[in-house]
Amino acid sequence: MEKIVVIGNGMVGYKFCEKLRAAAGKDQFEITVFGEEPHVAYDRVHLSEYFTNPSVEHLEMAPRSWYEENDVKLISGELITSIDRAAKTVTSYKGTTISYDKLVLATGSGAFVPPIKGVEKEGVFVYRTIEDLDAIIAYAKNTKKAAVMGGGLLGLEAAKAMLDLEQETHVIEFAPRLMPRQLDNAGSDSLVSKMEALGINIHMNKNTSNISGNGKMTGMEFADETSLDVEMLVISAGIKPRDELAKTCDLSVGPRGGIVVNDLLQTDDENIFAIGECALHKGMIYGLVAPGYEMADVVVDQLISKREKSFESYDMSTKLKLIGVDVASFGDPFCESTPHKPIIFEDKLEGIYKRINISEDGKTLLGGILVGDAEQYNMLLQVCLNGMALPPNPEDLILGARGGEELGMELPDSAQICSCENVTKGDICKAIVEEGLEDIAAVKTCTKAGTGCGACSPIVADIFNEQMKKMGVTIKKTVCEHFDYSRQELLDIIKVKKIKSYEELLDTVGKGDGCETCRPLVASLLASTWNEMILENGHDSIQDTNDKYLANIQKGGSYSVVPRIPGGEITPDKLIVIGQVAKKYDLYTKITGGQRIDLFGARVDQLPDIWEELINAGFESGHAYGKSLRTVKSCVGSTWCRYGLHDSVSFSIEVEERYRGLRSPHKLKSAVSGCRRECAEAQSKDFGIIATEVGWNLYVCGNGGSNPQHAQLLAGDIDSETCLKYIDRFLMFYIKTAEPLNRTATWLNKLEGGMDYLIDVVVNDSLGIAEDLEKEMQFMVDTYKCEWKEVVNNPELRKKFKHFVNTEIPDPTMKWDEMRGQKKPAEWGFPA
Amino acid sequence: MSEVLEYKTVKTEEVTNWFKAASEDAFPANGGAAIEYKGLQIAVYNFTRRNEWYATQNLCPHKHQMILSRGMLGTEGEEPKVACPFHKKTFSLKNGTNLNGTECELATYPVKVEDGFVYVGFAD
Ligand code: SRM
Ligand SMILES: Cc1cc2nc3c(=O)[nH]c(=O)nc-3n(C[C@H](O)[C@H](O)[C@H](O)COP(=O)(O)OP(=O)(O)OC[C@H]3O[C@@H](n4cnc5c(N)ncnc54)[C@H](O)[C@@H]3O)c2cc1C
Ligand code: SF4
Ligand code: FES
Repeated sequence: MEKIVVIGNGMVGYKFCEKLRAAAGKDQFEITVFGEEPHVAYDRVHLSEYFTNPSVEHLEMAPRSWYEENDVKLISGELITSIDRAAKTVTSYKGTTISYDKLVLATGSGAFVPPIKGVEKEGVFVYRTIEDLDAIIAYAKNTKKAAVMGGGLLGLEAAKAMLDLEQETHVIEFAPRLMPRQLDNAGSDSLVSKMEALGINIHMNKNTSNISGNGKMTGMEFADETSLDVEMLVISAGIKPRDELAKTCDLSVGPRGGIVVNDLLQTDDENIFAIGECALHKGMIYGLVAPGYEMADVVVDQLISKREKSFESYDMSTKLKLIGVDVASFGDPFCESTPHKPIIFEDKLEGIYKRINISEDGKTLLGGILVGDAEQYNMLLQVCLNGMALPPNPEDLILGARGGEELGMELPDSAQICSCENVTKGDICKAIVEEGLEDIAAVKTCTKAGTGCGACSPIVADIFNEQMKKMGVTIKKTVCEHFDYSRQELLDIIKVKKIKSYEELLDTVGKGDGCETCRPLVASLLASTWNEMILENGHDSIQDTNDKYLANIQKGGSYSVVPRIPGGEITPDKLIVIGQVAKKYDLYTKITGGQRIDLFGARVDQLPDIWEELINAGFESGHAYGKSLRTVKSCVGSTWCRYGLHDSVSFSIEVEERYRGLRSPHKLKSAVSGCRRECAEAQSKDFGIIATEVGWNLYVCGNGGSNPQHAQLLAGDIDSETCLKYIDRFLMFYIKTAEPLNRTATWLNKLEGGMDYLIDVVVNDSLGIAEDLEKEMQFMVDTYKCEWKEVVNNPELRKKFKHFVNTEIPDPTMKWDEMRGQKKPAEWGFPA
Repeated sequence: MSEVLEYKTVKTEEVTNWFKAASEDAFPANGGAAIEYKGLQIAVYNFTRRNEWYATQNLCPHKHQMILSRGMLGTEGEEPKVACPFHKKTFSLKNGTNLNGTECELATYPVKVEDGFVYVGFAD
């Protein structure tokens, strides 16, 4: 049996053991691993998660029992201090000596600490191990201001951690920009503004000359004679490969550190390999985990005598994680010495910067930078790595194809999708076909794709869906794992079986205990069918959060209050009431885009009291929280306007009062304009009405929002009564047939036969269902009740509106700031 | 110190104090409600459909919102879970892991119901 000794039980050392055990039987190799750290190997890449979840188990690559089960002898807490190459033995500081046939050095690296005066002072830390983090967490309990030296990938991650530890945080960078190895100046500018928005102070062009303080550090001094008072410093100025052991046995090391290896990862001694962050390959240290795993693979390949693989240079594309800001760079981000044509998109308002470098012939993507929005990272990386042909307008790569078409870029089978586990697109497709995999979770388990850092998960899902489509498998539009039915089928079941509650439906045709997808969906179906009070009869636990509290939840957990103001018409007296209520409860007030008034910042326990006052003054719920009718906007119309043909205000009030409270697949909006100048913007609404000389034109399926679409004419020159009749039919038909969360515009776009078919159904009654639709709508109109009125008058329902059940105090963590004389909620999370 | 660090999972065998939180009916069927305990906010869930009770920190680790008690209950396969009202991150009620993302896990606490009262277990 061949004796393998591994020095270093870090990420790569562990992966090597795992791969070797997976490739060969236990009787072929005896494996011993030495680790200096007391813990079993842990995931250093996600080390920062330790700040929010200080559990070592959570980070472990595998539990200690894994080593036993796999016959891997782990000796942790023992530093190896010498190697005897002639005798082929290694010896630890405790004097343990053990012999090897093949030795693998996976000693990783340590933090590089620049030789600055005062670095030895108390309060100066590095950021590499769990012990480092424990020390930082303990020290930060007594400090308020911290600095991070180094504005690279790791430094920014450390800075975010300091912010989470409630420190006033500063980043000191020597270069004139952040992440100098990944970003250009404009990219860095964009990142700086994002970091500053998070509350992190950035200082660039700063050369630290001294760390001041007497024993404990109290500040930093810079070469430009400025200084900064901070009580703590985390140094993240680069890494220093751990090559000290290699030096003691005369293996070659590089001038700036690192154990020299060839393409087979052999050191000067063919029986000694070096892998991971300690290895210097072609003058390069790879400070990332994926190339380290690849190196482990290459060595395993040789040990089992396949000798097919050698290590080639590795892609260093990176995406910053954890910090709440999207930053990525790939390929050659600068192309300083390569002729190229850059395409740059910049949105200073949103802090977005994107740059892609296109080859001079316009045929390939050489590299790029993404700041503020890195959604396209995976796709761009693939295009770049695989030298794929570019679309006719390469700018589509970062702007998206305009005109609604898919980009239609198909990846070659050789495209590496998961770099952590080295899985290609071909591997994934093959596994789907050969193993008959039926869902994405199975794909991940079977191929390991997406089980490392997880960054490739979206693209794995795309490949899965694409492959399913190719195999002719139609993915049925079922609601979720609890119901094998579409929304439409569920609605039919509810009607036919007269099902009145979610639990009953789940027991009759569902399985399991439901989830956040099917519960609100069924809630909406029940409400559109039976129109019962949505907080009673067990309906409350299936409502989406806004419906559950009959108010829109806001940052910080407060709610907004929107009384209905039909048609946007309001009396001075009612305006005064709104003002008084807002003043009394200290609510932020704003005129909405829907011609009404929103009062923000109410605590959950204040909601019933606020509504009680509003209802007493004649207001009712505006359903701003529901997937239901929002507003029917109006223009001033013939009453005042010199062009007005009909009284648009009266008609909009009538329309709004008819459909108020109606639950639907998505929200509904409407408007009535008094003439074709269209001041109410009716043609952008789900249903919009415009006065004509002889009556009204009814338009449907318009949409503002993210994909604006003009409404189309359903019927022209009709009288008010016909108009309402058609709207009844139209809305009920939509409610019955739309997929969940599809607005009317999306619904129409998918409706076979399109507008002509819709006109046939609604106007010509081609399906013979018009009367039923009208009846069903009339039922909804007749059973309408203001939900808030019911809550205000029902002590049992009122009880639900409190933060704690065992004390009357409100949520003590709510925090407010001030802006232009009104309050506003404190920024998301992480209070400074 | 970051707020999340204050929340530490308590296992049943570690309980030294069964805190009498509130009567059973204070917790809505198939829903949750928050309780206050020594400055901590704990979300207690009454998963009536499964006849199970759970408790986790009330703080959602995603954007640090005190909100999970107002979340929606459900299951993913066999795993009971709660979905945060803000961005629908879901967490296992059994061990607090984030099921649809990479947020860090929730601290969980043991719950028992006796004589119509709900008790949450703490180790201090
Ligand atoms: C308050 C208001 C903004 C304002 O201060 O003016 C607003 C606020 C919100 N809108 Fe809006 N929209 C408001 C008018 C609009 C308008 C203008 C209009 O209605 O004339 C539009 C475009 C018209 C349209 O819908 O077609 C609009 C298009 C959206 C969309 C995009 C819908 C789409 O189909 O693409 C969303 C997202 C969604 O619903 O999924 C949205 C979602 C939201 C949500 C509910 C986001 C959320 O889930 O929290 C916001 C709630 C804020 C809050 O925290 O309470 N809001 N929103 C407006 C309330 C009007 C009202 O009185 O009820
Ligand atoms: C905070 C942080 C965030 C990171 N984020 C990313 C990221 O997002 N993406 C990415 O790809 N990479 C990231 N990295 C880098 C990644 O963690 C490393 O590339 C990876 O850990 C290298 O693995 P390794 O096994 O070579 O070294 P290490 O994980 O450092 O393991 C080496 C081990 O060997 C031990 N050892 C050394 N000498 C001896 C000896 N003589 N005897 C016994 N034991 C010894 C050490 O104590 C150590 O435990 C990050 C690193 C840090 C610190
Ligand atoms: S536009 Fe966006 S941010 Fe503004 S209110 Fe509407 S949803 Fe909120
Ligand atoms: S705050 Fe909970 S999911 Fe975002």
